[in-house]
Amino acid sequence: MSRPVLQVTDLKKIYGQGEATVHALRGVSLTVERGDYLAIMGSSGSGKSTLMNILGALDIPSSGQYLLDGVDVSRLSDGQLALARNRLIGFIFQAFNLIPRTSAVANVELPLAYAGVKPKERRRRAMAALEVVGLADRAGHEPNQLSGGQQQRVAVARALVTEPALLLADEPTGNLDSKSTDDVLQVFDDLSAAGRTIVIITHEREVGDRAKRLIRLVDGGIVTDTRQSPLHLPPVGAAPVAQGRAMVAGRHTR
Amino acid sequence: MNFFEVIRFSLRGLSANKLRSALTMLGILIGVAAVILLVAVGNGSAKAISDRIEALGTNTITVMSTGRGGSSSTSLTKDMADALIDEEMAPDVKSVSPVVSSSATMTYEGTDHSVGTFVGTTPAWFTASTTPVGRGSAFTDDDVAQGRRVVVIGKTVAEELFPGVDPLDKQVTVGGALFTIVGVLEDKSSTGFDDANDRAVAPLTAVQQVLTGYGALTSIVVEAADPDKVDAVQGQVSTILNQKLDVDSSSTSTPYRIQNASSLLETQSETAATFTTLLGAVAAISLLVGGIGITNIMLVTVTERTREIGIRKALGAPRRVILTQFLIEASLLSVLGGALGVAAALIGSQFAIVGVKPVIVPSSIGYALGVSIAIGLFFGGLPAARAARLRPIDALRYE
Ligand SMILES: Nc1ncnc2c1ncn2[C@@H]1O[C@H](COP(=O)(O)OP(=O)(O)OP(=O)(O)O)[C@@H](O)[C@H]1O
Ligand SMILES: [Mg+2]
Repeated sequence: MSRPVLQVTDLKKIYGQGEATVHALRGVSLTVERGDYLAIMGSSGSGKSTLMNILGALDIPSSGQYLLDGVDVSRLSDGQLALARNRLIGFIFQAFNLIPRTSAVANVELPLAYAGVKPKERRRRAMAALEVVGLADRAGHEPNQLSGGQQQRVAVARALVTEPALLLADEPTGNLDSKSTDDVLQVFDDLSAAGRTIVIITHEREVGDRAKRLIRLVDGGIVTDTRQSPLHLPPVGAAPVAQGRAMVAGRHTR
Repeated sequence: MNFFEVIRFSLRGLSANKLRSALTMLGILIGVAAVILLVAVGNGSAKAISDRIEALGTNTITVMSTGRGGSSSTSLTKDMADALIDEEMAPDVKSVSPVVSSSATMTYEGTDHSVGTFVGTTPAWFTASTTPVGRGSAFTDDDVAQGRRVVVIGKTVAEELFPGVDPLDKQVTVGGALFTIVGVLEDKSSTGFDDANDRAVAPLTAVQQVLTGYGALTSIVVEAADPDKVDAVQGQVSTILNQKLDVDSSSTSTPYRIQNASSLLETQSETAATFTTLLGAVAAISLLVGGIGITNIMLVTVTERTREIGIRKALGAPRRVILTQFLIEASLLSVLGGALGVAAALIGSQFAIVGVKPVIVPSSIGYALGVSIAIGLFFGGLPAARAARLRPIDALRYE
């Protein structure tokens, strides 16, 4: 098998000093294979976002090793990191993080601009991505003219627009109703079926159920790691439900 | 991502924050315009004063009596003026013009005009005091010797007494005597509060006879052979006068005072330079205050901008591109603001400010622009440079 997309060993993250020290991650080791669809669950403050930020090369761990596509991230230069964030990773923030006073479509175009895509092509692909999340009619709106759920979907479109091999989503459905949640999850399922690697943080049972693998974090450590469906098959929700064979029954706990 | 795209990003960034952009630009505009205009005002007033002093004549000195009450032992006499023409003791003296002056009323066919200064002197005075005759001619040494009653009048006098009439060869009454007008002085710019054109000049002897009497002279105008010799002439004149007036060479006070136009000019240009420097300092402070204003605006938005930089980095923007974008934003603001400031100053300099016509000093434009652009780049670029170095997640958490 090819080398894993993500491989972390004994990852620790400590915030603050002295009295105020917080051990956000206490030695997390995790390997994510190419094409896997991983859901991370856990109570609030258990360190999910902290782990995700490190996986997205946005933060660095206090100790431990992180290999992205077999490359040690701590050795990458600023330019190489920028390239990895731009071409390899699509990141959806828990807090959306759209650029204020800038239209939805301009926000979605941004990663393409840094990738050097021509303006016309950029606009076309950004509109297509907005179409996918059902926001084509809100393209010209600025973030403060959009509802929380709409902002979240713009953030999803922005992460999808570069068609990244690795999609990291921090509670991408946290602000969505069940219909929008279904739409976004369908997109994820399709991406997974197309062979992309997805890591998603969620609080919702139904969302976690659709992933191929489920991890539970408690207090900065992994407590359960469950394979819910086979790695090489499309996920449960992927479009033509060819593998309708009771996936739920195939679930087992290690 | 090419440079043109980065410029478009900068423009979009500027238009996304219109109020901030406008305020920043205004700060720079005011700073630049203030520096250029204040320096121009200082320069303009210095120039106005030196023009006036130069009009007095730079190669002459004027000897005036300081004796009060006209005691005869300390007053200047025609005799002393004659003593100054001395090849031996005063080789650099070109001409000596004894001067008496008083005010007088001139009458022509029932019209009265009170002449500001009625001067009695010798023909050399016209060149020495740079007061050339415009029409007609000056009187001659012979006129002085004979005490002929001829007079050269200034422009104001001519306009007052002879509106629409040629004054030449007309006869006017002064102090009960008839004077014949032989010339009209050229228009002269005023050196102070009094009108330099409101005067009349006649032979010394005639004025003494009719108006002032044969007593003390008002002053003696001494012309040097060369502008560089003015100081030498001043020394020679004092030596002769000290002898004549029996002044002890160790005495600190003399009964006369020597006014030297070129030394006056020198003192004046030093004063003017100080004045311009002072105004420049005031202006520099205003530029600094403008700069602090800019810094303030930039710092207020630094949280928002730092978050934005965090987002951009997370989306894959290299540090170089981010830096370029924010530096272009900052320089566009400061260059545009600076250019508008220069334009405002150039327009402002067309008008007299507190009675002074400003004269732009070209180097002040360079300084003001340079400093404003430096401030803009520094305070615009520094926070951006700092934010661009942060890890994306730290930039996003910045508060
Ligand atoms: N910058 C920080 N400084 C100090 N402590 C931090 C910082 N970021 C996170 N923490 C702490 O680390 C712990 C893990 O935070 P994290 O954001 O990873 O939680 P989470 O699992 O994502 O929670 P949620 O489900 O609410 O998003 C928390 O206790 C939090 O207080
Ligand atoms: Mg979180």
